[in-house]
Amino acid sequence: MAGVIWVYAELNDDRITTTTLEMVAKAAEAGKAEAVLLGPAPEDAVQTLAKYGATKIYRSADPIYREYLTLPAAETIAGLINTFKPAVMLFASSYTGRDLVANLSARLDCGAISDVGDFKLKDGSVEATIPALGASYQNTSTLVSQGTKLLLVRPKSFEPEISEQAVAIEEVPAASDDGLRKVRMKERVTVKREGPQLEGAKTIVSGGRGLKGEENFAMLSDLAELLGGAVGATRAAVDAGWVPYAMQIGQTGKTVKPDLYIACGISGAVQHLSGMKTSKTIISINKDADAPIFQYSDFGMVGDVFKIIPQLIEELKKRQGG
Amino acid sequence: MNVVVCGKVIPASSVTIEIDSNTKRMVRKGVPHELDPAAASAVEEALRLTEKHGGTVILVTMGISDATIGIRNALAMGATSAVHILDEAVAGSDTLGTAKILAAAIKKQPFDLVICATESSDSYSGIVPGQIAYFLGVPPVTFAKEISVAGSTIIIKRQSESGYDLIECALPALVAVSSGINEPRYPQLKGIMAAKKKEIKVYTAADLGLAPDQVGENGAREKVLTVGRPAKRQAGKVVTDEGDGGKQIADFLAEIKVI
Ligand SMILES: Cc1cc2nc3c(=O)[nH]c(=O)nc-3n(C[C@H](O)[C@H](O)[C@H](O)COP(=O)(O)OP(=O)(O)OC[C@H]3O[C@@H](n4cnc5c(N)ncnc54)[C@H](O)[C@@H]3O)c2cc1C
Ligand SMILES: Nc1ncnc2c1ncn2[C@@H]1O[C@H](COP(=O)(O)O)[C@@H](O)[C@H]1O
Repeated sequence: MAGVIWVYAELNDDRITTTTLEMVAKAAEAGKAEAVLLGPAPEDAVQTLAKYGATKIYRSADPIYREYLTLPAAETIAGLINTFKPAVMLFASSYTGRDLVANLSARLDCGAISDVGDFKLKDGSVEATIPALGASYQNTSTLVSQGTKLLLVRPKSFEPEISEQAVAIEEVPAASDDGLRKVRMKERVTVKREGPQLEGAKTIVSGGRGLKGEENFAMLSDLAELLGGAVGATRAAVDAGWVPYAMQIGQTGKTVKPDLYIACGISGAVQHLSGMKTSKTIISINKDADAPIFQYSDFGMVGDVFKIIPQLIEELKKRQGG
Repeated sequence: MNVVVCGKVIPASSVTIEIDSNTKRMVRKGVPHELDPAAASAVEEALRLTEKHGGTVILVTMGISDATIGIRNALAMGATSAVHILDEAVAGSDTLGTAKILAAAIKKQPFDLVICATESSDSYSGIVPGQIAYFLGVPPVTFAKEISVAGSTIIIKRQSESGYDLIECALPALVAVSSGINEPRYPQLKGIMAAKKKEIKVYTAADLGLAPDQVGENGAREKVLTVGRPAKRQAGKVVTDEGDGGKQIADFLAEIKVI
């Protein structure tokens, strides 16, 4: 249907994710926003979606959607798309979102656009803006297939603005075919994260390979604490096993937009930049004067993190104490 | 257990990949190529599994003729043989077209498990593996950090937002591994010598029963309209630490009223 934009409502830790709300708000602005909410969800989930502009919610609370990975959800969504034919369906560039889009784009033979930073409805199709190759390019693309257009949207692309709407709920029958039960979730393991979380942090102190080892992240935690912020990292630091994946910022990690980002021992690879370069103020410390990160920094310090950060910590303590 | 690995051979990491504003495709011709590090991890994982459980490892790649160098690298690491989809007609394929071609090639090989890398290091759409799984009719498990085999099922530790999930999946299946799952081995001289004698089957789209309007630019659902550069962020000042770098940063923090 013309102008109808669906959003796949994703849950994490029993809450509707922020990216979902960003997409619902955008859908409400660009057309008529509707959401698909599958699996057990907290009671206020429907109201939350309505608060950001969803006017209709396709809903099944069946536990199959939680116990098995995305195959049952893909089955249900494909059925709904075939019946209701929304113009566009938006998914977050998350684990779940990607798996769903992969399956649906193949099953419906319609293709999909990944890594979408913005979009508009145009001439019965969609025109998407894509920060390609780690955001070193800014391309536009469209889908020439018939029917619903599937888009994978980058987190933090839109403002989650509130526009309270009256909402209708349409219960949908749950997928139940045995073939959909091939990938079973045996156990969800939460790795305890200490200290403040990246999500929503106003200040982020981030470390890369230049930190040399796990033990040196302690100095970043000290600095972050003094500034009331959280600690992040590059993929190099995560792959080396120094810090958990939850701290990774970039293309394949979190997208962040704090007021202040302090990059320590980070070169500024495009995949890292694409997750943080819209931060309001960026400070970087790197011993290589030619490191690309300096081109994105408001203030760059060429030097050794092991000398500069301890001095900065001392200085902050002095000034805050005095 | 027979494993098919899907991996790309891409412009070497020393190359800054550019997009041609006329063809709207990545420039792949005339630049040095290498086995995608993500694909090397997929090959490594397949080798570890077959060293333990027996079976073959076949690398399937779609790419230009320069891809041979990366294919030889995978064979030198220990892959049994390779399949190279080499055809001008497939250039400009979108993710869906790529997945159709790869799935058609995989179907011709013996497999219990297909291993992909969650994302390729050059285009990282991250949806090709799930699309291949759909065309093969096997369940997909993406973002795998660890794979173990127990008879006809596999157990996967899958990265999640808040930690990891333990996933149980029946074989045959497709698993996409995430970066850092392993440290790929370097080929040894013996492996490099042996690789020269290993088979590389070359297919065209037609060999795989795909019509010209299903693949390449003609078959693509996604059309790139414009190629451009984002507005550059205005770089600020850069100074060299003369012994008071920490103090200077504190001054800057005071200037922007953070402290
Ligand atoms: C598909 C794909 C997805 C990716 N996703 C991500 C992602 O989500 N996030 C991410 O971060 N990366 C990602 N990467 C990896 C990315 O390409 C880079 O490899 C990575 O960001 C580099 O991390 P780094 O800056 O810590 O390490 P390096 O690039 O090795 O940089 C280390 C820097 O530290 C400096 N240094 C060393 N010692 C000191 C010292 N004593 N004092 C000061 N400076 C010092 C060096 O000069 C250097 O500039 C991805 C890559 C691919 C292919
Ligand atoms: N041309 C190709 N040849 C072989 N495998 C590919 C190709 N393109 C994508 N793949 C597989 O799909 C994964 C994800 O690719 P992408 O969707 O580009 O991120 C890769 O890591 C490979 O496993």
